[in-house]
Amino acid sequence: MQITSPEFKSNSRAALADAQLQKALSNVRSGFIDKRLKAVADLPEFERLRDSAKAIKDHVLSNLDLYLEAYEGKVLAAGGKVHWCQTAEDARQAILAICRSVDARVVTKGKSMITEEIALNEFFEKNGIAPVETDLGEYIIQLRGEHPSHIIAPAVHLNKEQVEEDFRRVHDHLAPGRDLTEPEALLNEARRVLRSRYFEADVGITGANFLVAETGSSIIVTNEGNGDLTQILPKVHIVVASIEKVVPTLDDAAQILRLLARSATGQDMSVYTTVSTGPRRPGDPDGPEEYHVILLDNGRSAMLGTEFQDMLRCIRCGACMNHCPVYHAVGGHAYGWVYPGPMGAVLTPSLIGVDKGGHLPNASTFCGRCESVCPMRIPLPKMMRHWREREFERGLNPAVARYGLKTWAFFAKRPRLYRFAAAMGIPALGMFSFGKGRFSWLPFAGGWTRHRELPAPEGRTFMQQLRERDAVMKQAAR
Amino acid sequence: MSGRQAILSKVRASLAETGDDAARRAVVEARLAKPPKGVIPARGKLPDDARVDLFETLATKFAATVERVRSPADVPKAVAAYLRAKNLPAAVRVGADKRLAAMPWDREKALEIRSGPSDGDDEAGVSHAFGGIAETGTLVMTSGKDNPSTINFLPEHHIVVVEAADIDGDMESVLAKVRKKYGRGKMPRTLNFITGPSRSGDIEQKIILGAHGPRALHIILVDG
Repeated sequence: MQITSPEFKSNSRAALADAQLQKALSNVRSGFIDKRLKAVADLPEFERLRDSAKAIKDHVLSNLDLYLEAYEGKVLAAGGKVHWCQTAEDARQAILAICRSVDARVVTKGKSMITEEIALNEFFEKNGIAPVETDLGEYIIQLRGEHPSHIIAPAVHLNKEQVEEDFRRVHDHLAPGRDLTEPEALLNEARRVLRSRYFEADVGITGANFLVAETGSSIIVTNEGNGDLTQILPKVHIVVASIEKVVPTLDDAAQILRLLARSATGQDMSVYTTVSTGPRRPGDPDGPEEYHVILLDNGRSAMLGTEFQDMLRCIRCGACMNHCPVYHAVGGHAYGWVYPGPMGAVLTPSLIGVDKGGHLPNASTFCGRCESVCPMRIPLPKMMRHWREREFERGLNPAVARYGLKTWAFFAKRPRLYRFAAAMGIPALGMFSFGKGRFSWLPFAGGWTRHRELPAPEGRTFMQQLRERDAVMKQAAR
Repeated sequence: MSGRQAILSKVRASLAETGDDAARRAVVEARLAKPPKGVIPARGKLPDDARVDLFETLATKFAATVERVRSPADVPKAVAAYLRAKNLPAAVRVGADKRLAAMPWDREKALEIRSGPSDGDDEAGVSHAFGGIAETGTLVMTSGKDNPSTINFLPEHHIVVVEAADIDGDMESVLAKVRKKYGRGKMPRTLNFITGPSRSGDIEQKIILGAHGPRALHIILVDG
């Protein structure tokens, strides 16, 4: 897919002016937050489970090589195959080779962000294979030629009227008089069309929420059941997963599962949690005849041992974006690549480079809500700060910002000079606001004041106010 | 260099570890053989009756319907009554489960039993659960000729028989039973945890039942 992360600023301006998008985004604000809060309140052990889950992932990441070897051994023992792929291109080629081996024409897909990361659908189309997204949200955006705007609610940027329009355009068998105004009618139409596609497909592709070293299993969670029909009806099931998805045992997965759905949709459990191990067994009346795992690195091994290692604990629940004021304002597409919101602001520069993704870690108010709701306790704001530092070190910010920061640093390192300059500057700046109490334009800060006003200083510096306060406190203590 | 070697060496280089560190291997092997006891919610540790009641309460909360019967012999009658109440044809898809086969289906003269996996045209399917999880109102299903996975997903109505004695408090207890039945480190092709009927919230975050899987999940809970 085309990367537009470098255009984050213009993407955001367009998003803010898009009335349909703004209407749809109100569903994020109203929906996810209350549901999560209620589910968490119903489980007194939630905080302890977060500690437990963090410890599990930290342990795995420190021993990732050994767990990957153990996992592979069990997949082979169950009759499956593992394809180790360093890059997105390696993964695409491995998947194509499997599809060619069974002469696949139609491939059904369960919802998978990792196949977005490797841009699999475009690749299939170029190679004469028809990919069919089966998750309702993914199906809708595939009809529109779009990409997901949210990692668990891919069509959250749309309103039902837009979906109806797309269905009428693409499903040309629909009678014009047929009522499709309600989501129920739209869902039934999608269900009917996709039913036959499941049976037509030669290969089914799913992602994985977990890979289990104990048993060689992959685990997916869905609410629709599409991930299951995708993997049990075709001849071949391909799992596409990145290396950090591995957990030691089924019990470890159970710990994290208690957090996943609650953090994501506010459910105690997703409707379907499916543990898949190898191909169908002798005597089984259904299930795939072949089971393949595409084990993808694509930049993750380079995050280990760095200040970004904690990001590999992410379980893709979406809680960080559901609670992010920036995501609420601009939606997911503005982020310009696969992963939006706070987790995307950290992960995107790691995977496509800070030169392309550098705007994203800057798109944060540092309110800290993402970290406070992250089930895996990932310090997202801290890691965004690390990216800002790297961006500065590599000279990627605009010149005005760099000189501004350097000037500020010069004073900040000399406290006496800083206080003196502040004592001189603050009253002057206060005067120049002409009693309006705010600035709508400042020299050298036009980029900042274009979108917001700077409150004018009230006349005294922080240090002056602090000293006065201290004096009053001391007086009172006497 | 193969992808496998390349990835493993990159991981080791980043971690500043080697693959032949015996101490690290021993820790990982021990951890795989015996996972530490995790956090089990108090509601997953209730005594017998309360446990089964919680299962029923939560399964109902998540939009399944639950019916209690006294003995396995009552199941065919309950199935026939459910189909009548829902105005469905008197036919069900059933696998080769021995517990289901031992039930007196012949008493329901009008009921047609289709055996084998579902072909996608069944209005209703009947499965026997491996067990249940009280803490979330979840059914646990294992694949095989006894209970083909397709019956869990293709019929419009999924009717599941579960015995009260097979309902555990928490997920870890069920997983221990799966290990016992299939052997350590071995699994059936598919282990399904099912919590309520299929649904989607993908259009304007409005939850609608019956997305791709069954529109209705009916649980027949056999007490005693």
